[in-house]
Amino acid sequence: MASLAEGSSLTAARTPTAGYWTGVWRRLRRDPVAIGAGLVLLLILLTAVLAPYIAPKDPYAGMTLRRLRPFGTPGYPLGSDELGRDMLSRLIFGARLSLFMGVTPVIIAFFLGSGIGIFAGYVGGRVNTLIMRTIDVFYAFPSVLLAVALSGALGAGFGNALLSLTVVFIPPIARVAEAVTTQVRSRDFVEAARASGARALTIVRVHILGNVLGPIFVYATSLISVSMILASGLSFLGLGVRPPEPEWGLMLNTLRTAIYVQPWVAALPGVMIFITSLSFNLFSDGLRSAMDVKQ
Amino acid sequence: MSANASMLSILARRITYTIPILLGVAIVCFALVHIAPGDPLVSVLPPDASADLQKMLLAVYGFDRPYIEQFGRWLWRAVNGDLGTSIATGRPVAAEVFKAVGNTLRLAVLATAIGFFFGALFGFVAGYYRDSFVDKLASALSVFGVSVPHYWLGMVLVIIFAAELGWLPPTGAGPGGSTDWAWDWAHLRHMILPAVTMSVIPMGIVARTVRALVAEILAQEFVVGLRAKGLTDRGIFRHVVKNAAPTALAVMGLQLGYLLGGSILIETVFSWPGTGFLLNAAIFQRDLPLLQGTILVLALFFVLLNLIVDILQTALDPRIERG
Repeated sequence: MASLAEGSSLTAARTPTAGYWTGVWRRLRRDPVAIGAGLVLLLILLTAVLAPYIAPKDPYAGMTLRRLRPFGTPGYPLGSDELGRDMLSRLIFGARLSLFMGVTPVIIAFFLGSGIGIFAGYVGGRVNTLIMRTIDVFYAFPSVLLAVALSGALGAGFGNALLSLTVVFIPPIARVAEAVTTQVRSRDFVEAARASGARALTIVRVHILGNVLGPIFVYATSLISVSMILASGLSFLGLGVRPPEPEWGLMLNTLRTAIYVQPWVAALPGVMIFITSLSFNLFSDGLRSAMDVKQ
Repeated sequence: MSANASMLSILARRITYTIPILLGVAIVCFALVHIAPGDPLVSVLPPDASADLQKMLLAVYGFDRPYIEQFGRWLWRAVNGDLGTSIATGRPVAAEVFKAVGNTLRLAVLATAIGFFFGALFGFVAGYYRDSFVDKLASALSVFGVSVPHYWLGMVLVIIFAAELGWLPPTGAGPGGSTDWAWDWAHLRHMILPAVTMSVIPMGIVARTVRALVAEILAQEFVVGLRAKGLTDRGIFRHVVKNAAPTALAVMGLQLGYLLGGSILIETVFSWPGTGFLLNAAIFQRDLPLLQGTILVLALFFVLLNLIVDILQTALDPRIERG
């Protein structure tokens, strides 16, 4: 969670050239941890997309008589939950909502935060101070608190949880975007473009974007892991996805009452959240070194 | 300029910088009630209340005034320690929040202490012996710390140490569900599982920070110089600690702030009677004054903690005197 506060001293990535992405891919390929994490993420994504085809049972259909079965019960390889629904099928379908709720806020915040930060960094001066001081206010709230406060005030629900998380991730991304843009703006080639009469929009499009989007993107990917934990956390608190939808955080919440009956079945959804969040973290670390973004 | 005067001017600048932030925090907390769907009285009014009654109550509570006036009145009362009245319990919000903050603070401080001790230890050894087994372990530990959903980790610890082994109580803050604190084993054993769960986050971050710091300091010229002058390992150790301390302590302070504000998930898992528990109650009973008051107090804590950390870091930094 503290990673939100970091990343203020990012330096711009190497200027992209034709061979830049080839180089990134070559370096990434030699990093077994990053590749492993990437494959796990791909697998989870495929599971989410293909859920209806690979899930053995209906994730909503339960049988009260078959509640809380242990691992390896015939027909229920990963046991059954408190309403007798097949855990394996619910975990497979859970990948859809959990992944969506974890990744979407960061994607939206990436666009909005980059926009705000690049604008503030390029314009500079008083406008920059005003925007960045406003952003600082959101740093006065620990990220968990801000997410809970917003979704608590807006009311429980899927949409409100997404909105709250997006608001949580805009300030850190805007801060990084502003820092990188300010650095790039003072470089000689931007000065040269300005001196030769290029318009502001042209400079941003041609000279700034190509140099700042890489570092901002790498930083944003490092936030997905936090976002996964927070999104499932909101559902765990009852603020996100509503029952009976299969979502890992919510499943963990409803299974809490079962820890004395089937403790390890109850802990399963958390394993999924952990694996996903861990993979995003490791992949993002690999991407950072491969893209040569120094932090 | 003398060292003292420059220190004072830094102090003054930091404090002035905090004032607009505090005002912004107040605005956000004030706005929380107004972004809530329905009018702010929705939880006090019976669903069949007449339009007249509704209008009258809005006037009584001042909700019919312009926002700026409402904000001014609210802020003035808050500054004077009046955070309003809880809709659910009818008690003053300030009293409820301060009791809960005590419980959360105790948990967060213990968790930060555990996390800092082990994080600093791992980080130090890892930075000193780069690429050793301990170094790899420290890296793994820090990735684990930031990737693990801590509410799940809490559940797993409850399963192992409460449900399976029966060594520690699974929930609550004291025997028989008591929420009052006492310094005895019966109360302390309730704190162990939540504090250990909570400590995982700062542990990972502190380990990573200290490792990077130590490695960086050891690579600097003055250390090479000291070595060349024949300083023993112990002497060098002293220099490294002195140089790493300000940043490490700053990270610790910030982590304490994050834990204070972010304890809601862990408090929910362990039914710990702190601010997280209060927030939970406030949200599900639509008790907006309680929600607003709790968040305001937690954010104030966080801002003040940041300020203190900032000032301490400046005061501890050995370079300030020379500059």
